[in-house]
Amino acid sequence: MDAIQKTLLEKIAGLHDVPQGAYNIRANGKLDSRKTTDNIDIVTKEDKPGIDIIIKPGTKNESVHIPVLLSETGLHDLVYNDFYIGEGADVTIVAGCGIHNGGKEESAHDGIHSFHLAKNAKLKYIEKHYGEGDGEGKNLMNPTTVVELDEGAHMEMETSQIKGIDSTLRKTTATLGARASLVIHESIMTHGMQSATTDFSVSLNGEDSNANVVSRSVAKGKSRQLFLSCIDGNNRCAGHTECDAIIMDEASVSAVPKITANDVNASLIHEAAIGKIAGEQLMKLMTLGLSEKEAEEKIVDGFLK
Amino acid sequence: MLELKNISFSADGEEKKEILKDITLSIDESFVAITGPNGGGKSTLAKLVAGIYTPTTGQILYNGVDITNMSITDRARLGVSFAFQQPVRFKGITVKDLITIAAGKKIGVSEACVYLSEVGLCAREYINREINASLSGGELKRIEIATILARGTKLSIFDEPEAGIDLWSFNNLIAVFENMRKTLGGSIIIISHQERILNIAERIIVLNGGSVERDGSRDEILPYILKSGGAACSTLTEKAVK
Repeated sequence: MDAIQKTLLEKIAGLHDVPQGAYNIRANGKLDSRKTTDNIDIVTKEDKPGIDIIIKPGTKNESVHIPVLLSETGLHDLVYNDFYIGEGADVTIVAGCGIHNGGKEESAHDGIHSFHLAKNAKLKYIEKHYGEGDGEGKNLMNPTTVVELDEGAHMEMETSQIKGIDSTLRKTTATLGARASLVIHESIMTHGMQSATTDFSVSLNGEDSNANVVSRSVAKGKSRQLFLSCIDGNNRCAGHTECDAIIMDEASVSAVPKITANDVNASLIHEAAIGKIAGEQLMKLMTLGLSEKEAEEKIVDGFLK
Repeated sequence: MLELKNISFSADGEEKKEILKDITLSIDESFVAITGPNGGGKSTLAKLVAGIYTPTTGQILYNGVDITNMSITDRARLGVSFAFQQPVRFKGITVKDLITIAAGKKIGVSEACVYLSEVGLCAREYINREINASLSGGELKRIEIATILARGTKLSIFDEPEAGIDLWSFNNLIAVFENMRKTLGGSIIIISHQERILNIAERIIVLNGGSVERDGSRDEILPYILKSGGAACSTLTEKAVK
């Protein structure tokens, strides 16, 4: 791994070196390094690019890191990663993609992640996206996430895209079995001419399943954001979707929450709010000695935290 | 020393309403209360000093420096603190974040906790809470006061600090102000309707209809307020009747 790749790794995974536990590092479209454990196996797919991550039933307190690093300009990377979390396991998976584009050409990473959680499995999934580069080439990322939660399974998903991605289309679909629960926290910040679209689609199929989809975003400059969130309640279930956005400068933000109840015992709520930073928030922080710009940064940082 | 010279302020709008009319005051006492009926111009006066509003005419001096056209930030850095009547909520900013910003330097959890304990909040419970809708009005008011304590500046202005604070905590609040007065060695200006706060003030200023109606020592002004039948401050007279 070179210096640029190490910086990217730190940005997306907070790692200074190879992580603890199982990992699979992919750099510039190829496998860089991999480590498996007794309970966690990582296998390269034979029919298409990507890996299968297989976690044995009952595995507790283990983690898997699967960072993807792109430092060559003009590279279009596409991977299919499948995660199989065994019955009763309780694990953390940290994924992320860092692009350093120093050239003139477009760099892109499209990841298709499928999660299969067996009965009563628990997963915390953290995904960070980051782009940088001194060249003119654009950084594109289009992650697709497919989630299948079996009876009693629980998944918490935290995704963030804070800097440097010119265009993104994030698509997440989830189906939940009985008593399964899903919590999604997304944070996005766009600036310049960037555009970001996120599209959530959650089907609450099982009895007493529940989902909470929360998105916080900040749009600066002339950037554009579109937030789509669709929850279908097909059984006795509870669903909540919330989009909260701060708009600045000449940006544009659309929020389109959609909830559909197909069962009389489905309880669904959607909330969406878009607005600029409240003047009184700036004023309060200024009375504490911050400049207007510093106050703005504090408010944005806190909001996306 | 805070000096207001011929301060007038009119609110923007189709009909210009004069909220403050030619106010001249100089404040050097350690504890001054400003009282008077609602709409009398008290909050406006405080906001003019903090820099949230700029006077239509007149001049504001702080320790001899003309701060009339100075920004909120510059006044804050010069040593002016202002506790809002209605504290602001922030999504994602925690109590510790806000107290750290107020202190103007990195502070440890234990130091932040001291300020919270002083305003009667169990620090452990609050330090990592977000300053969002989950906090009650009374809790927000106390955190607001804690930020002023953390700043520790020579001039602190409180806009109705008692509003929303339960009676049980009120005694502690009085103790907080008395303690501040001892340790800070500057001026505390409190806008208040509470007799017990007026009772600990050295000087009381009554603002009514945008003008100073009365101004003098507590012994001089308090009996006047308590006697006057609703003209000066109905809240106080109601209390006095009881």
